Amino acid sequence: MNAMTRTTAYEIVQDAIREIVPDADFSAVGPDDKYREALEIDSLDFESLVELLAERTGLRIDEDDYPRLTTLGDAADFLAERQS
Amino acid sequence: MGEFRMPALGADMVEGTLTEWLVKPGDVVAKGAVIAVIETSKSDIEVEVFEAGTVTRLLAEPGDVLPVGAPLAVIGEAVESAPVESAPAESAAVQSAEVAAAPAAETVSAATEPPASTVPAAVEAPPPGAGVAPLPVRTEVDASAQATRPAGPPHLEAGPLVRHLAHERGIDLATVHGTGRGGRVTRADVEQLPPPGNGIRIRATPYARRLAAELRVELATVHGTGRDGAIRAADVRGASARRHEEEAVRYPAAHKKAPERRGTDRTPQAAPAPTVTAGRPAQGGASGRRTAAMRRAIAELMSRSKREVPHYYLSTTIDLTAATQWLHRANRDRAPGERLVPAALLLAATARAAREVPELNGFWQEDAFVPADAVHLAVAVSLRGGGLLTPVIHDADRLSPQDLMARLKDLVQRARRGRLRASELSGGTLTVSNLGDQGVESVLGVIHPPQVALAGFGAVVERPWAYDGMLGVRPVVTATLSGDHRATDGAVGARFLTAVDRLLQNPEGLAS
Repeated sequence: MNAMTRTTAYEIVQDAIREIVPDADFSAVGPDDKYREALEIDSLDFESLVELLAERTGLRIDEDDYPRLTTLGDAADFLAERQS
Repeated sequence: MGEFRMPALGADMVEGTLTEWLVKPGDVVAKGAVIAVIETSKSDIEVEVFEAGTVTRLLAEPGDVLPVGAPLAVIGEAVESAPVESAPAESAAVQSAEVAAAPAAETVSAATEPPASTVPAAVEAPPPGAGVAPLPVRTEVDASAQATRPAGPPHLEAGPLVRHLAHERGIDLATVHGTGRGGRVTRADVEQLPPPGNGIRIRATPYARRLAAELRVELATVHGTGRDGAIRAADVRGASARRHEEEAVRYPAAHKKAPERRGTDRTPQAAPAPTVTAGRPAQGGASGRRTAAMRRAIAELMSRSKREVPHYYLSTTIDLTAATQWLHRANRDRAPGERLVPAALLLAATARAAREVPELNGFWQEDAFVPADAVHLAVAVSLRGGGLLTPVIHDADRLSPQDLMARLKDLVQRARRGRLRASELSGGTLTVSNLGDQGVESVLGVIHPPQVALAGFGAVVERPWAYDGMLGVRPVVTATLSGDHRATDGAVGARFLTAVDRLLQNPEGLAS
């Protein structure tokens, strides 16, 4: 299995968010910002986001992992870490 | 059998534009099948046929603007061999579109024209609640979504030639980035794209293409069972279901539960469709007019409510420890697409409480309260570009939290993409507004007349809570009720909120 780099993971997260919020403006959302607030992602959207991430990375993401998906940076770290 | 007419989608609708036919002459349609898409000044609505039959003649062309009640198609008697099956409505429509293609000619010539006076169910007098949510509003949100997503019938900025070219090449225009003026898709935009499927045009029905986009199924991976191997909607659904089975390997617990739900839920998107919601509004243009139209519709209804309905407001804070723990257990080992959010339990409790306190579930009509015979929850859905829609979950008191979750997801997605059906915007008997995701703790809402109550929920928050003489930190939610004082007094409203509280203390009971 190819190791997922953090950069790849970051892109995966951004792409997935873009599917939920098609014109998401990432220039206004830094790696440490809470993107859910900034991009108006509600709880249903968030479930869909997790679904996309699980599907694209092939990783198992549990509800207990949700706090690790709070910012783009955290989410990328989490995905890269879980993969390795 | 009879004429299929332009339905009244909301009290203020005068005319509508036929956007798309999903059937053609000769097609056998099952009762409840979606056969056309109608665009009103505010929204795109999928319109169902309310009786089985054979499409004899289409009387209107896509693009025609017609007044409410104008005949759109003639539906003849169903032929004996009609494949009226219990497949989801949409797939049935598409399926029959394929299956019945051959006998089309005979059917057309043989069918007798039904009497013009036959009025299909679609234009019968609406049920008392039909005018409750006249906000089937499509916003600019949808317009911007369509620029990037293959959502809904195309309102894309592209000329007929470009459309034709895209169609020839099997390219979904909604996925094309337009470089022309105002994001218009040009011929060059289409030409420079590699055709999907490594140069081989994938044969698929237009509806299957849209469905594939919505369910995020790669058409290239789907085996088509239609004529000449064309991919039909049913094939796409099958592929989507298989993907979820694969997911079940990763989340074994969900595997046991998922088929059960698919079997009972007749909604076309029963297989959990991933959310691809619309984006932020584009400014101005047609989308701006839509927003203005939606604002006017909301303004009209809310002004009428505040003018005519003497509201009273009640509120109570509910301990959600039991509900939260139950959700956590229920979600363990479930694939993300199967997980429940607290809103599912709140809706379940609200619907059951409405059944217990029927004085709040119904309509104020001609100076008297008329109870509804079922609990149909209208759920306020906010749109990213502003404004709201209130799609209806029918018979919500009989649905499990899991089914409610599936319905909620499906309705929210489609509300935000302008893909609701006529029947999903009417008949609400009680409205629920949940603003928890917007970060507020309580909602004192305005009743949607002729309904007589509105239940509100704020965010689930952790608060200090005294229990058994001890202080602890617990998850709580503030539940509110706006009541019409003409129909009920505060004591009735209090009974309702108490019931919601009691039901939420026993989530197992809601799930059974």
